[in-house]
Amino acid sequence: MKAHRKKKLITILSSLVLLSTAVGLLLYAIGDYADAFYEPRRVVNGDAPLNKTIRVGGLVTTGSVKRSKDSLYVEFDITDNEEVITITFDKSLPDLFREGQGIMAEGKLVDRKTLKATKVLAKHDEKYMPPEIAETLKKSHKDGVKKMEQQGEKQKGRY
Amino acid sequence: MASFSKTAGRWFHQLGSPKWFYQKSVKWLPWLWISCLALFAFGLYYSLWASPVDYQQGNSVRIMYIHVPTAVLSMVAYLAMAVCAVIGMVWKMKMSFMAMRALAPIGAAFTLICLFTGSLWGIPTWGTWWEWDARMTSELVLLFLYLGFIALHSSFSDRTKADNAAAILAIVGAINIPIIYGSVKWWNTLHQAYSVTKKGAIDPQMQTPLFIMIAAFYVLFIILVIIRLRLEIMNREAKAKWLQQEVGLGQESNAGANG
Repeated sequence: MKAHRKKKLITILSSLVLLSTAVGLLLYAIGDYADAFYEPRRVVNGDAPLNKTIRVGGLVTTGSVKRSKDSLYVEFDITDNEEVITITFDKSLPDLFREGQGIMAEGKLVDRKTLKATKVLAKHDEKYMPPEIAETLKKSHKDGVKKMEQQGEKQKGRY
Repeated sequence: MASFSKTAGRWFHQLGSPKWFYQKSVKWLPWLWISCLALFAFGLYYSLWASPVDYQQGNSVRIMYIHVPTAVLSMVAYLAMAVCAVIGMVWKMKMSFMAMRALAPIGAAFTLICLFTGSLWGIPTWGTWWEWDARMTSELVLLFLYLGFIALHSSFSDRTKADNAAAILAIVGAINIPIIYGSVKWWNTLHQAYSVTKKGAIDPQMQTPLFIMIAAFYVLFIILVIIRLRLEIMNREAKAKWLQQEVGLGQESNAGANG
């Protein structure tokens, strides 16, 4: 490679390295603020402001989903395994909404235990599969858990 | 090793010649079109009809077969643009700046399709069509980079200046590509984490049609780049004799074409 080309290439590459370092640091600094939401614990504590649009994230408690018969209105509880708060919502829920699934609700707090949501977001994990396979997996998981429990029962005496 | 560098060197030289590329590429196009149509026919049938629904999303999962290939190509096109920019700036190769300019609108189109299908997919599955999370924001920045590149390039009347200024933007903007790719890993995004490159995340019955669709879009991308690059060559080499002969301008009309 000729000297002037080499020089130019080095200039380009080194400025790219410098620039990416700068951008990298910037992004690293932003990182923690990029996904600010409140856990139910902090809502109940009083950390989250009333009458202001906030976001609350947590797992949908199993058995807590109550749907209205004649409208889209729905109520459910979310938890961070410490505190539980109730979410009310009157639009259609995303397809990925499930009991036990992590969701994020955006809206205003009615009181320290209830959030009136204007938006409910559900996140997808990276798995895609047909229903039959999901069913089989679920079954084998259940069987596996049962087996473990049985083994646990057997082992109990030994301790 | 020596023969490899020799072959690479020959390729470099041939690809660097507008004449060689213009004459050869016209012979590649029919074959590329045939394989593109075959891949799309098979891929679309497989992905939209023959592949199973998702256990959570149902039929909405089929948006993936358009969304993922366009997302891949939106990034690949930008990287290709940046590589062309470096080659053009360092080795002063005519063809690389032509290719860089040819790539930009194609990449922008794929980015737009990616964002649009992503929004369509987000409404039923996530519950929102847009979220300022890292993945979506960085992909939107990619669209703006493409548009900025096109605008910057066309704002100069001098072609050499336009090429050099736009090349700098292409190189600097390339930083965004690893950010788009890594965004779902580094931050807590609404967009899911890696699934295409993660083994076992996508069931084989869905992965096979997805890969066929990615291949189909790749071939389409190559065709579009060749067509636009040929146009770019016609534009820039309008005064070259070989091109005038190529498009059927004889000696008698030479004066008119030059004048």
